[in-house]
Amino acid sequence: MKKLLFTLIALAFAAAPSTAQQPKLTIYTYESFVSEWGPGPKIEAAFEATCGCDIEWVGIADGVALLNRLKLEGKGTKADIVLGLDTNLTAEAAATGLFAPHDAATTPMTVPVSWSDPIFLPYDYGYFAVVYDTQVLKDPPKSLAELVDGDPNQKIVIQDPRSSTPGLGLLLWMKAVYGDKAAEAWTKLKPRILTVTPGWSEAYGLFTKGEAPMVLSYTTSPAYHMVAENTERYQAASFSEGHYLQVEVAGRIADSPNAELAKKFLAFMLTPGFQDTIPENNWMFPAAATSTPLPEAFGKLVQPVKTLLFSPEEVAGKRREWIDEWLAAMAR
Amino acid sequence: MRLSASLSFSLILVAIGAGLVPVIAIGFGQGYELSRLFDAYFFRVVTFTIVQATLSTVFSVLFAIPVARTLARRQFPGRGLVLRLFALPLALPAIVAILGIVEIYGRSGWLSRLTALELDIYGLAGILIAHVFFNMPLAARMMLVRLDQIAPESFRLSAQLGFGAGAFWRFIEWPAIRETLPGIASLVFLLCAASFATVLTLGGGPQATTLEVAIYQALRYDFDPARASLLSMAQLALCVPLVALTAAAAGRLQHAPALRAKARRFATDTAFSRLADGGILAVALAFVFLPLIALVLAGIGAPFAWSAIAGAMITSLFLAGGAMLLSLLLAWPLANAAARGSPLLTRLLSTAALLAFIVPPAVLATGWFVLALKAGDPPHLAPLLVIVMNALMALPFGLSVLTPAVSQSAARHDRLCAGLGLSGFARLRLIDLPVLARPLGLAAALSFAISLGDLTAITLFGSQDLTTLPALVYRQMGSYRLDAAAGSALVLAVFSTAIIAMAERWR
Repeated sequence: MKKLLFTLIALAFAAAPSTAQQPKLTIYTYESFVSEWGPGPKIEAAFEATCGCDIEWVGIADGVALLNRLKLEGKGTKADIVLGLDTNLTAEAAATGLFAPHDAATTPMTVPVSWSDPIFLPYDYGYFAVVYDTQVLKDPPKSLAELVDGDPNQKIVIQDPRSSTPGLGLLLWMKAVYGDKAAEAWTKLKPRILTVTPGWSEAYGLFTKGEAPMVLSYTTSPAYHMVAENTERYQAASFSEGHYLQVEVAGRIADSPNAELAKKFLAFMLTPGFQDTIPENNWMFPAAATSTPLPEAFGKLVQPVKTLLFSPEEVAGKRREWIDEWLAAMAR
Repeated sequence: MRLSASLSFSLILVAIGAGLVPVIAIGFGQGYELSRLFDAYFFRVVTFTIVQATLSTVFSVLFAIPVARTLARRQFPGRGLVLRLFALPLALPAIVAILGIVEIYGRSGWLSRLTALELDIYGLAGILIAHVFFNMPLAARMMLVRLDQIAPESFRLSAQLGFGAGAFWRFIEWPAIRETLPGIASLVFLLCAASFATVLTLGGGPQATTLEVAIYQALRYDFDPARASLLSMAQLALCVPLVALTAAAAGRLQHAPALRAKARRFATDTAFSRLADGGILAVALAFVFLPLIALVLAGIGAPFAWSAIAGAMITSLFLAGGAMLLSLLLAWPLANAAARGSPLLTRLLSTAALLAFIVPPAVLATGWFVLALKAGDPPHLAPLLVIVMNALMALPFGLSVLTPAVSQSAARHDRLCAGLGLSGFARLRLIDLPVLARPLGLAAALSFAISLGDLTAITLFGSQDLTTLPALVYRQMGSYRLDAAAGSALVLAVFSTAIIAMAERWR
């Protein structure tokens, strides 16, 4: 016991911050970005090799929690950069007044929409998609309409838009395709929904356990199974109406004492040093060129025929109303 | 003892106030809109919360009574292990337990394959199965502690009077169980009312929404502290009277003076009672252990991420151990005060202990976070906050085990101790610790288990430098690494069983 205690105390001292003279760049991001299999550690090594600085990551549950943390901290935030918001959150984030323009050249950017946001800069993107199990579902839906009208015995697991980013993504996808008739479409889809989980992990867990042959996820999900598990069993269904887009962005804090360093990092974000880590660590599409071609598996993924995306302002203004509409349609 | 009870009581109130007040204050800054709170959605959510929590409680408790009685009556090889494993569902993060349950009862689960039916548990059925899985073992263990305290004289006397099993139940066992019911029922009710991931995942859709979900949404997605604090108030207003009501319905504690003779049961055994007990035991074991077995099978061939697991294990041990200690330190004076105070005081104290459970942890955490920022965000505060929050969450468990035990011991020993002039540490060492070792061990084990399984506090305050086993499991699941997550979950299960066994062995 004494030995253990001693070890713990020793560990606590060893873990105390080193007093290096290098400037420190504090980046708030979501947790999975900085986990040991996320892109964070590799990006840190690549950037620190050139900047003469020290990156300190602060991992916070997810994009939404990230924004809330910022709202709570306000002007006193320790963040120099916030990385991991998506376009559904940028309007609210900009409204906090904490962010400054990114000032980076957007020419290297390869996101599938035109980008005019002066504050937030994309670093990767992905499309929401229905992922299905080819061993169970021989004839997957080819459109959102087919999903809505299809056999109610073939179930799908979705996420709750009140607590999850993909859940909100499907809500917006349905809204983009069905507009005013979205509530009706939800009522029709309802018998097909096995359950609505609070987050992506629960839904994907149920799906891979075989509880339902379909789950709401990303077009890039099959790439993980191909690369890491060497199986083509799980595939994304291509929908004729197009797929809803999620663009992940970063921005810098206006009052940061490390403004120059922060700008440098945002510019670095669109170089291969950063982008190379995205496909196989974040399982998203890079937002700019990588030094080597994308992994072979990415070439086999669904290419959306059309990209669907609401403006950040529209989402911020209507989200509440649309969620209420969803609740009313689903709880009936 | 009075002094330390007041201290412990004030600490709890301060901790809760520190959480609630800043959130309410932010809410005032944004302005309250009462009309938007009490809408049809709100009432539907409240109704559902009450219905599912009531049903879950009734089923858990009704199932627990025969299980506890059988476990008290029967000795069989492996009984000790069964009891220890009964604390395990508490220590598992909801998602791990849910996947285990689905493996048994799901559409492609064992039961569906065995019966060639496609069971559909998503809806109230799934919620109830999961809640009974979490809470029946807990309730049974708490009842068992009380049944084990039945005075040896009662057995002798009932044998002399020729009591059959029926009379023994009516005059001895049922009164003992009845004493424990209010505490157990309110605890289980609150656990189910505050259930979040289970309700959403197995509930089938937003028609299964609890107040806790609404609070979470208000605080996270809408960042609407005003709404969140009003909803928390509603949760308080809903739960406190219910808790008080069950406390009022409690039978008075009965204290039969007892010599500390070894309890010996004089068997009233028949072939039928053997069969019945065997049946009850088989059903209970299957119900609790099948999902756990599924968990083991899923994890056993998994790739174990040992370096990450080892780090998370140390963090878990440190945080859950700290929370357990703090929780017992808070519970001990409260239990003593409640045991010797008026019934009103007893009720007040046990309700106060439940407060930390009724006010959603997400709200508490937000308030604490705001205060910590105001204080200049002192470093290394995060682990401390996790420990305090887990200790508060574990407090009702410890207290509902300790209070009946302490009050019984008080009735037996207070006069003796007064006569001998025993008090303070000497009394603790000579009387309380030896006599109360069993309930203390259980209180410690339960507190440890609930802290170990916590995903709420660690999600709110954790970071990549502060990762517990449940946080690791959840993070692995969130990065497609479901097989690695199954491995970590298995380690978590084995680890917590070992610690629980140690906590209980210490007597």
